Amino acid sequence: MQTALIIEQLLNGLQFGVMLFLMAAGLTLIFGVMGLINLAHGSLYMVGAFACAAVAAWTGSFWLGLIASLAAAAAAGAIVELVVIRRLYDRDHLDQVLATFALILIFSEGTRWVFGSFPLYLDIPALLSGTVPLPGGSRYQLYRLAIIGVGVAVAVGLFLLISKTRLGMRIRAGESDREMIGALGVDVATLYTLVFALGAALAGLAGAMVGAIQSVQVGMGEPVLILAFVVIVIGGIGSIRGALIGAILVGVTDTMGRFLLPQTLMLFMPPSQAAMIGGAIASMLIYLLMAVVLALKPRGLFPAQG
Amino acid sequence: MASRETLLNIGLALLLLVLPVIANYSGEPFYVTLATRIAILSLAAVGLNLALGLGGLVSFGHAAFFGIGGYAAGILATHAFSGDPLIFGLPGTKQMLIIWIVAIAAGGLAALLIGLITLRTSGVYFIMITLAFAQMIFYFAISWPAYGGEDGLPIYVRNAFPGVNTLKPLSYFLVCYALLAVGLVLFKLFQDSRFGAALQAARQNEVRVASVGIPPYRIRLVAFVISGMFTAVAGALFADLNRFVSPSMLSWQMSGELIVLIILGGVGRLFGPVAGAALFVLLEHWLGGITERWQFFLGLILLGVVLFARGGLIGLIAGRARHG
Amino acid sequence: MAEPVLAISELRKTFGALKATDGVSLDLRPGEIHALIGPNGAGKTTLINQIAGTLKPDAGSIRFDGADIGGLGVAERARRGLGRTFQVSSLAPEFSALRNVMLAVQSVQGSSFRFFRPVMRDRSLTEPAMAALERVGLGARAHLPASELSHGERRQIEIAIALALGSKAFLLDEPMAGMGPEGSKRLTEFLDGLRAEAPILLVEHDMNAVFALADRITVLDYGRVIATGTADEIRINPEVRRAYLGDEA
Repeated sequence: MQTALIIEQLLNGLQFGVMLFLMAAGLTLIFGVMGLINLAHGSLYMVGAFACAAVAAWTGSFWLGLIASLAAAAAAGAIVELVVIRRLYDRDHLDQVLATFALILIFSEGTRWVFGSFPLYLDIPALLSGTVPLPGGSRYQLYRLAIIGVGVAVAVGLFLLISKTRLGMRIRAGESDREMIGALGVDVATLYTLVFALGAALAGLAGAMVGAIQSVQVGMGEPVLILAFVVIVIGGIGSIRGALIGAILVGVTDTMGRFLLPQTLMLFMPPSQAAMIGGAIASMLIYLLMAVVLALKPRGLFPAQG
Repeated sequence: MASRETLLNIGLALLLLVLPVIANYSGEPFYVTLATRIAILSLAAVGLNLALGLGGLVSFGHAAFFGIGGYAAGILATHAFSGDPLIFGLPGTKQMLIIWIVAIAAGGLAALLIGLITLRTSGVYFIMITLAFAQMIFYFAISWPAYGGEDGLPIYVRNAFPGVNTLKPLSYFLVCYALLAVGLVLFKLFQDSRFGAALQAARQNEVRVASVGIPPYRIRLVAFVISGMFTAVAGALFADLNRFVSPSMLSWQMSGELIVLIILGGVGRLFGPVAGAALFVLLEHWLGGITERWQFFLGLILLGVVLFARGGLIGLIAGRARHG
Repeated sequence: MAEPVLAISELRKTFGALKATDGVSLDLRPGEIHALIGPNGAGKTTLINQIAGTLKPDAGSIRFDGADIGGLGVAERARRGLGRTFQVSSLAPEFSALRNVMLAVQSVQGSSFRFFRPVMRDRSLTEPAMAALERVGLGARAHLPASELSHGERRQIEIAIALALGSKAFLLDEPMAGMGPEGSKRLTEFLDGLRAEAPILLVEHDMNAVFALADRITVLDYGRVIATGTADEIRINPEVRRAYLGDEA
């Protein structure tokens, strides 16, 4: 029984990590290529979730919703990049932080305006609504396994995109020398819009998929955004590989900490106290992980350059 | 000869003092509360301005210190109310002076621990890591049920200050105003001092500071700690104003708002935080009266300021910053 | 012979496959100007950076003023009297020339952790800083922000900073760069007098200045010392001619 529970929690951690990876990949790509810190990335996650929930409610099809989420988030990303973000590339980080903070206010309040203050609900599609047996006798939600699968597929896709394609070559060149690729005749402005829209689409995808297991509401993006920051700080800013490993590390640490810490403490103290102290420490665990990584490797596990 | 900025500062200081007094005697205590809010947020932002404006340290985690100050007030008052000892048999207290000292000590200690790690990094790393540590404290406050957890902690009766009836809005405003004045005077002294010179030079050119023999890390760490202390004492005042502390004082939105105050007013300017806080609170009040969606418009205004009006309100009126 | 003020021995630094500093030894004796020359990419600035502490050598030792300073950071080396100027001038751009120099004075006086006294009213800071600026001929421009001064004037501030530090040795990285002929001439005269105060390790491309000033010259090529000697010895050294001119000796 205990083993089954641990496997289940491990899978939950993996699923959480994969979702964080979808967020972190976009953030780290945008920072690596454009040198931009984007706080509004969480808003794009929210846009994806709302688009999916609204279209799924309207058409009755989760899959159409999923497509809508990708399209809406990518479009929102592209528009934001064209109107606001491209004015920020040459600014300092303080201006970037503020402008993207302003974007959060606009996105959050705008979404509330359109959809109201009540959360929307999104059902798991029928195709994925079953469970599968786990070793040890318990069963696990098929949908969560599917999220893990999608995450792995995206990770593989991103690696291929960046290492094998022309676009990827330009992205890598953009990371090392912005002026050079401009001089070589690459349309830098369009490249940046593309990268930003790609990152946005990944965030939207994450939002849509998570929307079916949690409620879809305004403000859902920012806690995830901050966790994604922790992920890329651990992994090394600008590194996709770092984002993947950091995300899984954070996802599993957080989930297993919340599961195991109270149980472990119960061996030493009364259950109510163990639950309280264990819960409080577990909520801080990933930040402690981040502090330890920084103390040992100030530029993260996989520093992108230099 | 006073510069335009000095005149503007004097005007702001007088307005913030006189208007609440007038409001109080014309039977509008609500506006006194609004002014108290402005004074407290100003003080918190003056603290952040030390790190951000003078030192160039873009901390996205100052809500941590604001909230720690708030919880210091809330926890001490709760123990004074219940009579349960706090730790080591020490009782709680209802005396603001003691609460402030505890808030300053706790805020300073937290800033020291966070600064020791975050100041080894710079740029985007610093922004993200300060944000992450503040979030850590936020989640701790939520999941620790002893002091209200997610629901927050009420302060049943506003804490006391010797010789002042803090329950009267105007009296409490004057206490906060006085503390803000102390904060501004200290900021100005620090800015013009040797420490301030080293801190500002480290923002402009870290290598230069090191190569004349001044270690930038230590200068920044001290600045960060002092900054955290200022913001923490403001947090204690804020808790007493609302007679309530909740994890929202520790939230990332709070950190963002503190930065916004400084930018609206003018980065690194003595009265930037005051101008910014006044503008922010009034905007919130005025826009909030017109539309429920005021945050949407706040976002648009902020975006406009960042993209087109760098230098903030004081910059718009008094021109570019000058350095002696 | 007097004890050298600065002595480096067998210094090595590689970047990947590039040997930027390949077993360099040299010293700086009291009262001398020791010029360090070499073709572009010879590793002169890399060497200065290792002496000043901004780069950490892979091997070798650096002794300054009787002590091994190899393990010390930039700030500590500066406090011990190693005054360096930068090839690309490096100042606090918003501060006036005076405040830039005052920072050095404040460092010499000890603590920067003084919080209450305004620096601009502190004569123990302003007067030595002003004196240093006047020595380099920049007294009249003292109150302008560094960012508004010309390239040459910023180099002069750098030297004033090194003076104000009361340095026991100067590391000057191309102080003449960006100066007109008139400025170079004045600076040459100034450095000529400065050597009596503290010895100078001078990296410079202006060969007129180098040959006019240097008591000794060390030539670097591909990170190695290929010659050391007086100006006359260097002029006729075949290795040097080969390095600079590609001569077949």
